Amino acid sequence: MSDTVLYALEAALNGLTVGIMYSLVALGFVLIFKASGIFNFAQGVMALFAALTLVGFQTGQVPFSHLINAAFGTSIHDFGWTMPTLLAIPATIAVMVGFAWLVERIVLKHLVNQAPIILFMATIGLAYFLEGLGDIMWGAEVKPLNVGLPQGMSRWVDETTFNLFGYGFFVDVLSLWALAIAAVLVTALVIFSQYTKQGRALRAVADDHQAALSVGISLRFIWVLTWSIAGLVALVAGIMWGSKSGVQFSLSLIALKALPVLILGGFTSIPGAIVGGLMIGVGEKLFDFFMQPIIGGATENWFAYMLALAFLLFRPQGLFGEKIIERV
Amino acid sequence: MLYREAGDFKTSYASDNQTFPIRFDRYAYWVVLLLAVCVVPFFLNDYWTKSIIVPFLIYVIAALGLNILIGYCGQLSLGTGAFMAVGAYATFKLTVMAPGLNVFVVFILAGLVTAAVGVLFGLPSLKIKGFYLAVATLAAQFFLIWLFTRQGWFFNYSPTGMITMPVRTVLGFAVTGPSASAAAIYMTCLFFVIVMAWLARNLTRGTTGRSWMAIRDMDIAAEIIGVNPLIAKLTAFAVSSFFVGVAGALLFGVQLGAAEAGEAFGINKSFLVLFMVIIGGLGSIMGSFLGAAFLVVLPVILKVLLVDSLGWPSDLARHLEVMIIGALIVLVLILEPHGMAALWRTIKDKLRLWPFPH
Amino acid sequence: MKMTRLAALLAATLMAAPAVAQDLHFPMLNYRTGPFAPGGIPFADGYQDYLTLINQRDGGIGGLPIRMTECETAYNTERGVECYESIRGDNPLVIQPLSTGITYQLIPRATADGVPIHSMGYGRTSAVNGDVFPYVFNYPANYWDGASVAINYLLSQNGDSLQGKKITLVYHNSAYGREPIPTLERLAAQYGFTLVTIPVDSPGQEQGSQWLQIRRERPDYVLMWGWGVMNAVAVQEAANIGFPMENFIGIWWSGSENDVRPAGAGANGYTALTLHGVGTDYPLYADLQTHVIDTGMAAGAGDQIGTVLYSRGLYAAMLAVEAARTAQALAGHAQITGAEMRAGMEALVITEERLAELGLPNFSASFEVSCANHGGGGQAMVQRWDAAADRWNLITDWISSDRELIMELVAADSAAFAAENNIQPACAN
Repeated sequence: MSDTVLYALEAALNGLTVGIMYSLVALGFVLIFKASGIFNFAQGVMALFAALTLVGFQTGQVPFSHLINAAFGTSIHDFGWTMPTLLAIPATIAVMVGFAWLVERIVLKHLVNQAPIILFMATIGLAYFLEGLGDIMWGAEVKPLNVGLPQGMSRWVDETTFNLFGYGFFVDVLSLWALAIAAVLVTALVIFSQYTKQGRALRAVADDHQAALSVGISLRFIWVLTWSIAGLVALVAGIMWGSKSGVQFSLSLIALKALPVLILGGFTSIPGAIVGGLMIGVGEKLFDFFMQPIIGGATENWFAYMLALAFLLFRPQGLFGEKIIERV
Repeated sequence: MLYREAGDFKTSYASDNQTFPIRFDRYAYWVVLLLAVCVVPFFLNDYWTKSIIVPFLIYVIAALGLNILIGYCGQLSLGTGAFMAVGAYATFKLTVMAPGLNVFVVFILAGLVTAAVGVLFGLPSLKIKGFYLAVATLAAQFFLIWLFTRQGWFFNYSPTGMITMPVRTVLGFAVTGPSASAAAIYMTCLFFVIVMAWLARNLTRGTTGRSWMAIRDMDIAAEIIGVNPLIAKLTAFAVSSFFVGVAGALLFGVQLGAAEAGEAFGINKSFLVLFMVIIGGLGSIMGSFLGAAFLVVLPVILKVLLVDSLGWPSDLARHLEVMIIGALIVLVLILEPHGMAALWRTIKDKLRLWPFPH
Repeated sequence: MKMTRLAALLAATLMAAPAVAQDLHFPMLNYRTGPFAPGGIPFADGYQDYLTLINQRDGGIGGLPIRMTECETAYNTERGVECYESIRGDNPLVIQPLSTGITYQLIPRATADGVPIHSMGYGRTSAVNGDVFPYVFNYPANYWDGASVAINYLLSQNGDSLQGKKITLVYHNSAYGREPIPTLERLAAQYGFTLVTIPVDSPGQEQGSQWLQIRRERPDYVLMWGWGVMNAVAVQEAANIGFPMENFIGIWWSGSENDVRPAGAGANGYTALTLHGVGTDYPLYADLQTHVIDTGMAAGAGDQIGTVLYSRGLYAAMLAVEAARTAQALAGHAQITGAEMRAGMEALVITEERLAELGLPNFSASFEVSCANHGGGGQAMVQRWDAAADRWNLITDWISSDRELIMELVAADSAAFAAENNIQPACAN
């Protein structure tokens, strides 16, 4: 095989693994959109917040220490203990569930039956609030995140491909883990929504709010549930991305990478989020590979959107979205 | 008492259809205009002009533009920042290529260029709707910014990619560049705001505006009653982008003086203008003014209050400011989902009956 | 009426005229929030702590206390301009815009207002030419120096020849990141190495394809002009593809603890340029401990002391204070104005003896500023990250840049700016 083909294959393979990382973020959007018709812009900030909280628990940081110090002139920073990851993750999940409950209590309850754009705006407001809160609570410095996931080049892939083609492909072990975690996550979600009572209620609500209400499903409970699950997905995304770059403000911007995945796959489809992520990942890596010499690099930011836009022109509801039927 | 229709007899269709049906409003409008044009310029100091009033005026134009698209025509767009960048870069290229051209003409031409780009990126709206369209407009946002930061022609191959506005004068007064006086830049922006607001008001209540609103309320139904969606949607994109382009041109030319696409016109700008439109009130000219005022003035007030008066550390204040703005957005949406313009309407209705509500 | 009282309070603060007190106003345009906060916080802490030290230990400069005002820019240009407008009537002595974008906005304004700008190691490089930019200073070194120093360092590693080598520049796709390209292109032609430039779009969270390209092309060296999260991700990706870290060299903004710690042991051996010494092994830190830290007056959380960016803030403050001293000596009185401060900055001389007196021996290169050269000496050192010891070590002495080449480039760029803006040479008088 010629070198170009090999290199392109390598780029595509890396695109697949990055695509899974995008999918992890997009999943959170899909869950909430399906269950409540809300385009939750705060998903990216939730990932940041979850990761910050996780690191905070792990290292025993005192929340709001900067605020407390400024107000009372004290100088406290941490409790002096560290929490094992296995304990910190459930604790973080508990915080995210609490957050979901508060969101439902304080915001969503009052916005039932509003136009989608109003709900969308409310989540942007929420994103701002959470962004400020995260910084005040845990500080704005970069925090290394280590939950024991390995990183670096996968020797196995390298050797296998070297034996096959005479050129070793590079794949990050972390993204292989992401693949496994995403698979577990999606399987768990599918099992939950297909085989449990709450899962069925969730699907009923997603199908038709009023019909679900009329058969006695508590809409509010279902909303808390979806936001909690979205919080869990945000935590997973936060861990995966945070392991790479440390936990810092920029983590919240990964939401922007998930949006094209979302429209490509369709707002309402969990498999869509996965397939969309893979397509975007491969597409942008290959585009960069072939076009970089011609038009210069740094095309990833817009290429994903353009790709999604091109698909939308043929399928306005995304690849797997529910068909939009309009009646007068 | 003063604020009522009674006794104000409308004897022609024209007077029945006027913008301010209540006499008090009409007078108030003229008084405000007179104050803004003839009195305010003499009481301006640099800080107020450059950090509050001029940004407010510029964002009013941008918010008017986005309001036409979202509020009147129902097409959600997140590409405002990039369209402002188009206006800014068009201004830069035009002033550099044609140094003799009057800068007002340059701003208007920049708006027209933006309108053309807006139509181009508006084409998908014929097929794509709702949030799918919103995310599709992000394609415009990222693509245009990439273009302006990567392709040297747009910034005259300067090594850093920064564009800088040279000094230009109108009637002998410098209106761009560091030597421009507060009054001159204020009057420039005010001129555009008055003309643009007048334009927006009259467009939205004419045939064009009605066809936009028909599309907004239900595009299939509008099509059945004979509104051409192609023309209606594309004119909305054109007019909206024209406004946004002029706002970008003013932001770059008059307020900032130097800019870089990725930094000054990023996605945050798109969101900021979107906030203004939603908080102010969709489909309302007044709302664009209120929304812009709210989001330009509020951060400054919060900063002054928290940092200068209470002496808090500036980073804490900034975090709190972000939280407060977020919370206020949610609060406004909960209390009045139709924005501050709806509050304004309620107040006027109450006022009309005051002091005898029954 | 609570509202009226609040409004009155607000009006009072907004209208309050600056007091005509006897003090020296050092404004701080910090960014402790936003996407680049991790870089902004330590710098702000260092700057503020040094000024606090001068106030506490010496009672200010020349008998006048320093008044610090802080304004949060969040690295955002418009906020930066708002900050500038809010302090410019208050006799600010020197402004550190802390962002290339804000620097560009402020250059024409501050020049018109007579407020000196010190953009230390960032900003507009051609401001070296004081003839064209009388109020802008960028000593001790600029990005073009940085590019040249990096190449000179590599020359010294390779027996003075880079013939046939392949060097890749990974850069932040912004005004800042593009700065070194023209210089590197010139140097590539001069020394016969191949230069490949790879942009990374802000913020730089995902750099898969960039590093795959580097892995394919196997350059001998990678230079990086990065900022924020981009640095950390790049270091991580370089470690992932197994790129030899000692051949990976960052500019001074890509060489802080924040950039290497997330990658853990993988970052070991990563090198970066630096404008100043690092760590707390300087006598000054003893004073800092007694007068600032122990008295509870340390800025921020107080946990940044001795980090690279903290040292940079400290260094900027030290240079500002020294310039103010020079200005006071020149003016003959303590209450100096912006214009007098400018004269002081232009006459600034940093010598090894002075550094030793200040308790910072060999912390900075010695340099002189003059009207024709606002850029100092253009020297930098190279530091290497030791992941096990969790600290940066200096591995070279001061390396000079190719000043002739830089000045030639500066002259060309500043002449274009002067022509565009009708600027008269300022040095003649």
